[in-house]
Amino acid sequence: MNTQIINGRVINPANQLDAQVDVFIRDDIIIAIGEQPVDFVADNTIDATGLIVCPGLVDLNARLREPGQEHTATIETETRAAVAGGITSLCIPPDTDPVIDTAAVVELIEDRAKKSARAMVYTVGALTQKLQGDLLTEMAALTAAGCIGFSNGLSPIKNSLILRRAMEYAASLNLKIFINAADPWLYQGCAHEGAVSARLGLDGIPETAETIAISRDLLLIEQTGVNAHFHNLSCGKSVELIKQAQQQGLNVTADVSAHHLHLSEHDIGNYDSLSHVMPPLRSIRDREQLQQGLRDGVISAISSHHQPLDNDAKLGPFADTTPGISGLETLLPLTMKLVEDDELSLSQAIASLTNQPAAILGIEAGQLKVGAQADICIIDPNAHNECQPAQFISAGKNSPFANWLFNSQVRHTLFKGNSVFS
Amino acid sequence: MTNNQLTENGHLRHFLTIEGLKRPLLTEIMDRAEQFSSISHQQVKKVPLLRGKTIVNLFFENSTRTRTTFELAAKRLSADVINLNISTSATSKGESLLDTLHNLEAMHSDMFVVRHAQSGAAEFIAQHVAPHVSVINAGDGCHAHPTQAMLDMFTIRRHKQHFPDLCVAIVGDILHSRVARSQIQALAILGVGEIRIIGPQTLLPAHSDALGVHVYHDMEAGLKNVDVIITLRLQQERMQGALLPSAREYFQCYGLTDDKLKIAKPDAIVMHPGPINRGVEIASSVADGPQSVILEQVTHGIAIRMAVMSMALGSQAELEGQL
Amino acid sequence: MTIHASSNDINTLLSTMATEIRDAVGDKNPLLIGIHTGGVWIAKALEQQLGADFFDASLGTLNIAYYRDDFTRIGMHPQVTPSDLPFEIEGRHLLLVDDVIHSGRTIRAALNEIFDYGRPASVTLVALIERNGHELPIHADIIGESVTLSPDQQIKLTNNEGLNLEIISSKGIE
Repeated sequence: MNTQIINGRVINPANQLDAQVDVFIRDDIIIAIGEQPVDFVADNTIDATGLIVCPGLVDLNARLREPGQEHTATIETETRAAVAGGITSLCIPPDTDPVIDTAAVVELIEDRAKKSARAMVYTVGALTQKLQGDLLTEMAALTAAGCIGFSNGLSPIKNSLILRRAMEYAASLNLKIFINAADPWLYQGCAHEGAVSARLGLDGIPETAETIAISRDLLLIEQTGVNAHFHNLSCGKSVELIKQAQQQGLNVTADVSAHHLHLSEHDIGNYDSLSHVMPPLRSIRDREQLQQGLRDGVISAISSHHQPLDNDAKLGPFADTTPGISGLETLLPLTMKLVEDDELSLSQAIASLTNQPAAILGIEAGQLKVGAQADICIIDPNAHNECQPAQFISAGKNSPFANWLFNSQVRHTLFKGNSVFS
Repeated sequence: MTNNQLTENGHLRHFLTIEGLKRPLLTEIMDRAEQFSSISHQQVKKVPLLRGKTIVNLFFENSTRTRTTFELAAKRLSADVINLNISTSATSKGESLLDTLHNLEAMHSDMFVVRHAQSGAAEFIAQHVAPHVSVINAGDGCHAHPTQAMLDMFTIRRHKQHFPDLCVAIVGDILHSRVARSQIQALAILGVGEIRIIGPQTLLPAHSDALGVHVYHDMEAGLKNVDVIITLRLQQERMQGALLPSAREYFQCYGLTDDKLKIAKPDAIVMHPGPINRGVEIASSVADGPQSVILEQVTHGIAIRMAVMSMALGSQAELEGQL
Repeated sequence: MTIHASSNDINTLLSTMATEIRDAVGDKNPLLIGIHTGGVWIAKALEQQLGADFFDASLGTLNIAYYRDDFTRIGMHPQVTPSDLPFEIEGRHLLLVDDVIHSGRTIRAALNEIFDYGRPASVTLVALIERNGHELPIHADIIGESVTLSPDQQIKLTNNEGLNLEIISSKGIE
């Protein structure tokens, strides 16, 4: 089947392409950009006049709740939500139930994802068995099964010796590790330790809960030579630490969540449990420094850190509610909002959602080029609409962005050349 | 921040926190308490004001003392009172907390007096109750204990004339104290000249400046020229979290003794929200001494709670008028 | 329609009432209680007429705000002056004074409040004006004057350099 996308503004940050050109797709492959190939007869034409045509988005971290919590969400519901948000590749952290520490779990997830046939679903394997932080997983076998990296999810490895060994082992197999940096002892509370937590009487999480963990991990990364990526930075000081490490030549990257780029501790307001998230929303200054880190390239990806939750999970006194934000469908509009606010250039914004996260994962995705798989996101940058979490396709309606005005909206998503959202 | 504890006309609908309230309302609460305290001179110490109203003391955290004063206040207003002690383990899920609430609403309750171990619990409950139910916060986590703060203000007003001239020091575990947070807000709204907090850094919030107070780590400096000293209860579990080495050392550094009391103004009054740990935060001789007004606080607690309950339930007439 | 009764007219009524009071309870060491606000004014005026030593103690004042039966409809009254009974009422003969008796509900509330202070030997109800429109079986024992008014009319006692009575018609305001 032949599809052409005409009259769109094509942006491909990987080769700095930003031009009004046409894209030609045969079956699941992009066969030409610009001139129509001589033998090409379109079965299907998408008129992208006034729209942005870019690679399908790559999300470094999204929880789909399957296996283990299918009552909350499933791979089926959440991949549907992902493509509604323009995301065609996403990565599942290992804290499913059972944990992704055996090839069987990887196969199960890949099997479900193939049935949904809407997006590439990648798995990150557990760094330690059951994420308990004491025994290594069979990383080689898990890699063979399909894991593209290893992580201990939201359960930090307390024992530095175990972490060192895990890093050494991963380094020797040339595997990438993903880190949610958190000092387990300082990381006790439910909100940023600051003016708001002092006022509301909520247990505060100091920024040192993150920076001490990053510091330790960076020293071990330096020692072991492992390739490492830090998920979901929340503090300005963390950006500084990563920047120094990068300047020293360490092979480290980092991402930030779309919500940390827009919200701060003040959004907790009067105990709004929808703004209960881990790591916590920090000060306005931290938010500015995260944005700066993105502009400087210290942070190279924006991720959804999608955590769909039941309604009940957010009903209760703040500290009793489950942290997390349903983020798949707001990732793109929130990132584009940074462009509208002149915080980020359009190409930086799209790069941090496409080729840059793809490079972190080491996958062939996030590029709009001849020969590449036709995963494409078509964005209307002038679609004024109000965010209505109740209307989310995701099973998780837990979003603090209700009634926010978004200007950018996904119009079409193509996965392997097929329209999966329109 | 929206103030959902007030009606459109600025009357008290719920009483969840001192924060955001205006001085006239705090004064009204104290004035009404003044009127209600005269009822204790009657042979029959009750008035039929809230006859037919049902007040539920919904305590998710045990506190016989606070519950008793609320119960007595309600009974002096002739309301029917139900006491419910609910262990938090039974309602660890928000769903069942709401179930509990809706069940009680279905029994035509008019007011919930709520105590809960989590900050923001009273606010949460107020957001989810039916419109005809008022919520009074009897202490939520480390957040607020507004009736306690108001009875303290009432006690101060009985002894000291003019709030702007006063210097008030709060001593002890401010970090975990809902009482202190509410007191600081009330003192600030009433225009108290200077508010100090005194304690080791482990017991003070990391961002105390956000509370609008002067911070002292030393009693010697902190008590100088003080008109009112409020000592806070020190929970024994603070020793476990490595916040303090021992009760003995705490008493040495921050316990209010006769010698330390002399640093304050000669006519300074000593307050404590109770229950007292004698020999931990306060010496017996000070607690029972001439400058102590601790027992008065308990008495005033009833009148303050009568005032708040009747004001909140009185606003329901206004709300029904709007329907 | 507005009718004014001057302070002279009122003084005449008060002296007649004082005589009746003397006859009724003169030998019983009575205690005097006025109901806020108008009843207190009338009680004070009667106290003057009868002489301070007629009563066994100074005037008691009663604020029935917490005994009203319309809390659910109206809510809290604005700030109220607390009741002040500077004497024991147990076994005593009381003179309860109000300005106008209309529905009888205020007196019902006042009697309830009095009984929360103790058990008096008797209560004699005194009113400057008793008007039609009773809703409860309560009638004054000693009355200055009985008036008949239409339901849309209200009679109001004011105290501006002397007591004055006004009849205000809600129709007259239109």
